[in-house]
Amino acid sequence: MTSSPVLTLNGLSKTFGSVQAAQSINLELFKGEVLALLGENGAGKTTLMNMLFGHYMPDSGSIDIFDSSGTANQLQLGNPQAAIAAGIGMVHQHFTLAENLDALDNIMLGSEKFLELRRNKSRAMQKVQKIMNDSGLVAPMNVAVGKLTVGERQRVEILKALYRDVKILVLDEPTAVLTPQEADKLFDNITAMTQNGLSVIFISHKLREVLAFSNRIAVLRHGRKVGEISSKEANERKIARLMVGEETKVFSRKKLEVGEPVLEVDNLTISGSSKRESISDINLSVNKHEILGIAGISGNGQTILANAISGLVKPSSGKIKIDGENILSFDPSNIIQAGVGRIPEDRHKDGIVGQMSVAENMIIEDLNSSKIQSRGLLNHEAIMRYCSDLSSKYDVRGPGPNASARLLSGGNIQKLILARVFEAFPKLILANQPTRGLDMGAAADVANRLLEARQRGSGVILISEDLDEILSLSDRIMVIYDGKLRIAETHDRETLGLMMAGEAA
Amino acid sequence: MIEIFQILLTESFWAASLRIATPLIFGVLGALICEKSGVLNLGIEGIFVAGAMAGWMAVWLGAGLWGGVVVAALAGGFFGLIHAILTVPLGLSQHVSGLGVTLFATSVSYFSYRTALPNVSSPPRIEPFRPLEIPILSELPFIGTILFQQTALTWLALFMVGLVWYVMNRTGLGVAIKAVGDNPNSVDAQGLSVYGIRIGAIVVGSALMALGGAFLTMSAFDAFFFGMVNGRGWICIALVIFASWKPGKALLGALLFGAFDALQVRMQTEVGAKVPSQVFLAAPYVLSIVALVIAARRAEYPRALLTPWFKGQR
Repeated sequence: MTSSPVLTLNGLSKTFGSVQAAQSINLELFKGEVLALLGENGAGKTTLMNMLFGHYMPDSGSIDIFDSSGTANQLQLGNPQAAIAAGIGMVHQHFTLAENLDALDNIMLGSEKFLELRRNKSRAMQKVQKIMNDSGLVAPMNVAVGKLTVGERQRVEILKALYRDVKILVLDEPTAVLTPQEADKLFDNITAMTQNGLSVIFISHKLREVLAFSNRIAVLRHGRKVGEISSKEANERKIARLMVGEETKVFSRKKLEVGEPVLEVDNLTISGSSKRESISDINLSVNKHEILGIAGISGNGQTILANAISGLVKPSSGKIKIDGENILSFDPSNIIQAGVGRIPEDRHKDGIVGQMSVAENMIIEDLNSSKIQSRGLLNHEAIMRYCSDLSSKYDVRGPGPNASARLLSGGNIQKLILARVFEAFPKLILANQPTRGLDMGAAADVANRLLEARQRGSGVILISEDLDEILSLSDRIMVIYDGKLRIAETHDRETLGLMMAGEAA
Repeated sequence: MIEIFQILLTESFWAASLRIATPLIFGVLGALICEKSGVLNLGIEGIFVAGAMAGWMAVWLGAGLWGGVVVAALAGGFFGLIHAILTVPLGLSQHVSGLGVTLFATSVSYFSYRTALPNVSSPPRIEPFRPLEIPILSELPFIGTILFQQTALTWLALFMVGLVWYVMNRTGLGVAIKAVGDNPNSVDAQGLSVYGIRIGAIVVGSALMALGGAFLTMSAFDAFFFGMVNGRGWICIALVIFASWKPGKALLGALLFGAFDALQVRMQTEVGAKVPSQVFLAAPYVLSIVALVIAARRAEYPRALLTPWFKGQR
């Protein structure tokens, strides 16, 4: 490792309202190195990188970029164009691609004159082709981005940055949407690129990949840099402690005798308008005291399966039975009453009504309960009492029961949903990506609640992309790929990853 | 039925269709540019009025006809700029701002007209654009009458269809406008200005809309009177959806509406005794709604349409 720095961040600070998102953070990046920026949600990783790329204007601090002779040049802050000109490329967590344009147009966007009468697409294509050959990142160039897979879009994002001749590449949670195999391939490509002198900063909260693929790790917590460690000297325990300030909780999954089936799905087929909205011939059953893990990359039919079980879409054929009773003719509210608790995938959109209050959201699925109403009239005081009881029991923190639910953080919204679902004592809990986007503390809470429900006698379906979560919580594991569900006989990362990518295991 | 076919075979019917379509072509193209960048411009109806009034007024005050066209475009650009400032950097409701601009532009136009001409009973006339008779070509049977007896503004409208298509599909500017209407973050991440591109698109689009108004007072008629725009702007908003935001289809949609309207006028005289005239007046709108319902199902809306974007919030 050569030790000439290419970039230094000097005391960058940024506040949003009353939140100190970054507090005088110093960071150095060396040539040809992969630096991992690790931290929980809200630790300030993305804020820091958005300041580097000029999306945010720092309140104080400065950024120096070193040219090949080692001279420092101060970067103009708050200006993406200046950052691009200085050789900084950023791959955002939420893709910044126009889906109505093809990949090449997205890549060329901003790097050509607006009114050039003849755009030189073939010259741009040659350059992209060379980058694809050098980096191993391949994606179709003349198809509308909206038609590309998530993995391909990711590669287009990176190619877009490389097209601008970047020296420093920032990747914000690059593997969040990739299969383990795709992720490994991406890191192989990144390693190859660093051989050619590229320096990489990647943001992650996955300890495993950070340890495997970085040279150095910087850990952020609550907007401060709390540690910097060479990856060789690090281990999961050590950096997890830095991240959350304490040892991570380990789940204890006791062995339980499973009971009779609570959910049976027979030959369920849905022919949707597109591939991601279709499933075919799904058979599964979930028993009392059991967690069935369904692993899969999103877009392979798991959402439509969950929607079918909760009554939001009607299947083309097949049966769904709760406790032996066919629920196909039920509407969603009947299904909730039949004992299905729903933890939806998009908690902001489908889990709560953002404009309504926290208290209203807690009672919204059971308005007929005698706890909160009599003769059709809601009892406001009882609702407030109920809400404050549940808030303390499930540790929902926020601006109070009368505040709009959308003001809660993601973790607290999830706890609100958990409270609502758990208090109904459901026979079946349908948890779709329940910890996606949550920090380690909140994710552990959710996992422990699911285990508690299993203990209590519920059957649980856990749909997740996170293999570690699936492996640590599930009694049985199935994998969904391309609308088809297969049983995983062996529970190891390698087999599951291959099945998720559609390869025969 | 026989009457319809007879009408369809006349030269004057097709010439009228193209003439009626001309202001709509300008309007649809203008609305298309605005919406492709992600901003709905309901100011269109008022901008038509402003263009009609400003262009006519300039000529009446002594400017040349093309001078009037430029003044109309500037007036449109001005009201477009108001809409752009309210909806782009300030991110206000595009519906509310657009309707506000329509009310404002209409009232200012009527007010200026009344202030300049407080005592006239019949609107003063100007010498409008003459049909551009192209030697030899205009002698051709059928086509000659339809195409080569239109005014220069109709030719300008047809030229604009090609120009807008070229810019949208063959230049970096078009790529940037389409990108900003789909995902503004894509433009921001490449170091371009989302605000700049959107404001520019709205101003230019509004200038085009105003030319549609100018055609009314400087080519179709030779004077300005109240209520003359008569919903043409709203038709354009519907036609953009019909056209699925494609310039070629926009031309088709405008011609279709023009043909419905021309047919309606002729049907009134043919069979007007048996059917109330209001039925015919309503016909183009009813047929447009039917066409829109059929086309809109497949329309691909710009994904960021109506969604404001703020710098530094992601």
